[in-house]
Amino acid sequence: MNAASDPGPALLEVRGLSKSFGTLRALQEVDFTLRHGEIHALLGENGAGKSTLIKAVTGVFPRDAGIVRLGGAEVAPRSAKAAVDAGIATVYQEVNLLQNLSVAQNLYLGRQPTRFGLVREAEMRRRATELLAEFDLHIDVAEPLGNYSVAVQHIAAIARAVDQSARVLILDEPTASLDRHEVEILFAVMRKLAARGIGVIFVTHFLDQVYEICDRITVLRNGRLIGERTTAELPRIELIRMMLGRELAETTSERAAAQARQVGEICARFEDYGKAGYVAPFNLALRRGEVVGLAGLLGSGRSETARLVFGAERADSGSAAVEGRPVRLQSPRDAVAHGFGYCPEERKTDGIIADLTVRENIVLALQAKRGLSKPLSRAEQDEIAMRFIRMLDIRPPEPERPIGLLSGGNQQKVLLARWLATAPRLLVLDEPTRGIDVGAHAEIIRLIRELCDNGLALLVISSELDEIVTYSDRVIVLRDRSHIDELEGEAVDVSNILAAIAAGTTGAEAGQA
Amino acid sequence: MRLPPVAITAIVFVVGFALCTVQFPNFASTRVAANLLTDNAFLGIVATGMTFVIISGGIDLSVGSVIGFTTVFVALAIERLGVPPLVAFAAILLLCAAFGAAMGAIIHVFDMPPFIVTLAGMFLARGASFLMSTESTPITAPLYSTVSDFALRLPGGGRLTAIALIMLAVVAAGAVLLHFTRFGANVYALGGSRATTALMGIPVGSMTVRIYMLSSVLAGLAGIVFSFYTAAGYSLSAVGVELDSIAAVVIGGTLLTGGQGSVVGTLLGVLIQGLIQTYINFDGTLSSWWTKIVTGILLFAFIALQQAMLGIARRAGPRKAGVLKS
Repeated sequence: MNAASDPGPALLEVRGLSKSFGTLRALQEVDFTLRHGEIHALLGENGAGKSTLIKAVTGVFPRDAGIVRLGGAEVAPRSAKAAVDAGIATVYQEVNLLQNLSVAQNLYLGRQPTRFGLVREAEMRRRATELLAEFDLHIDVAEPLGNYSVAVQHIAAIARAVDQSARVLILDEPTASLDRHEVEILFAVMRKLAARGIGVIFVTHFLDQVYEICDRITVLRNGRLIGERTTAELPRIELIRMMLGRELAETTSERAAAQARQVGEICARFEDYGKAGYVAPFNLALRRGEVVGLAGLLGSGRSETARLVFGAERADSGSAAVEGRPVRLQSPRDAVAHGFGYCPEERKTDGIIADLTVRENIVLALQAKRGLSKPLSRAEQDEIAMRFIRMLDIRPPEPERPIGLLSGGNQQKVLLARWLATAPRLLVLDEPTRGIDVGAHAEIIRLIRELCDNGLALLVISSELDEIVTYSDRVIVLRDRSHIDELEGEAVDVSNILAAIAAGTTGAEAGQA
Repeated sequence: MRLPPVAITAIVFVVGFALCTVQFPNFASTRVAANLLTDNAFLGIVATGMTFVIISGGIDLSVGSVIGFTTVFVALAIERLGVPPLVAFAAILLLCAAFGAAMGAIIHVFDMPPFIVTLAGMFLARGASFLMSTESTPITAPLYSTVSDFALRLPGGGRLTAIALIMLAVVAAGAVLLHFTRFGANVYALGGSRATTALMGIPVGSMTVRIYMLSSVLAGLAGIVFSFYTAAGYSLSAVGVELDSIAAVVIGGTLLTGGQGSVVGTLLGVLIQGLIQTYINFDGTLSSWWTKIVTGILLFAFIALQQAMLGIARRAGPRKAGVLKS
């Protein structure tokens, strides 16, 4: 803990690290410094570059530029194993141990004590028991690892890493699936390791945990380093601003254009709609020609709200009405029948079907809505595909090209086209600009505005606050899986959203339950 | 936790043997038991290799063809070329090692499904043996008669033959390798999760190569044993043995998806198949195809059992929290 005030020699130094995936610049000249015996939070929203930074440092991805020094000596591991050998170990949220092996085998796999080529099982178990005892964990190490809770598995993974002489321990979202008591145990382990001089990098999105245990904080956004501060000197609202906001001046001018719009009558209304342990009940009215933005930190319940609205999760309380008539949204199929569309966050896995052509991807939802008994003729399909390719300016304008070969921005447009072809009344967009280069980014935003002017109701989720402010007529702010505030008209600006999110974030753990 | 499937296999074997004894009083003799081992020696050897492959999460469809290829290769080398048998054995085992290593390397480097790669290996080996000879070639080398004359006499008239002893030695060595070495632990690890095993610093590529090498070498050894058993080399021998050995492994309690299993279970799986065959021979009126039918039913029953046990394990709900003191 005292490492914060003592600028000792750096344990791990990252300088000018860059990494691109195709045209997407995932990391741009990022610097990062970890000192001996400190717990250092690495923060940022989805897509900020946290995982990319970790994977580039540990050799999972090759890096494009930059150097990494460990204890003053340059290291360039080519694989996770090489990184461990160099002294940098990573424990991921998904425990990377083997459920089918015993705890002892997991701790010593590949380095079991042997005699005449045979594993000394008793000796291995004795050592495993002792090793875990150092972490106050007293379990039967002969049992398969899968029989134990995730917290125990995390500690086993940390014990394995530390026992392999790790000097730097990276914990990637280790607390996401732990309850409060288990978090305490993990923190005790982290403090113990820091006291031994090990540098711990803690990636998380629970800000309370950051303030509880971390000495310093590094924030990334859009692949760039935003800043490095000591925890004690960084107020919470300032931290959230670093994670979400850009400079306020940039956005105000664009905002003016959004003011003048006329909004129509309510087309979908949700009252006390919610699901226990998923999203607290909320009221939401969506009007024709209106964009409603959902703002909040990662894990605050934005995507969960979208999934409830679209019927991908079933609500267990409240009621929904479309055009004034009560409806039941039991499945996405119901939602589509009522004229809803949904572009999910994970475009690659949940959205596009990479091997199908642009035309086939566009007509998919329309065909599903009509039912298999009324197939669209090829001529109709061609006509629809060309209409949307022209309307949304999809490039290259070739309907027969497999969608997997298009850029991220154009894939997103095809997904929009898919839903627009069904002539929806409400479209839900989850992070529509994620992973899209800057030019396409502006175009998607322009499209959102246009769709809205044509009388569509839009519910949009984005981590980019200035983006939300640009196109939203109303913004709903979420925290800890509940809707906590609603901003309208003049009140929609970045600083108000930040203030709403930051206002007493004391209950962040509630989100874990 | 790992015991039950094997225990069930053992119970099935004991109950089956008891039922046979009730019907045919002569059944419970060392002679029947010893013949069971001799007749299934080659299957026991090849199934031991298959156990490693399946526990590691793979499959090896080439083993039957490798056995066929081996018998033809050995017969032609000894009879046509006059190569001393032991030299021919060494040569074929080296060739098999190279063949298995190549399959393992292709599976790893090109990230191809083992099913496809070893299916190609199966066609390749079978085709190559036809290329060498399409006829059955009798082997008359003195070593062959020496080996088939050798046997440990058991009380009660049973003869524990050389090939039965080889099989038991392979099973014993396989059990030690699988259960008591780092190599064996890595095999289980691979079957648990390939990606995780790699992240834990295990050389996944060389492990894959060595596992398929082991399987092919044991298939080659099984081929040599098969040539002792039939005293001939024939390109059509051991057709479908890859499936018999997979069946033996699964009946022996090994999870077809990998990560769990044992060599002893596999031996029991082999013996159960042999038991059915022996029963049919004793009966005299049944078609020998009943072996396949009963094996099929058993296979189905065991896979259903595994799924049921997995389901129960999942439904068991919250896992042990462990004793935590903080």
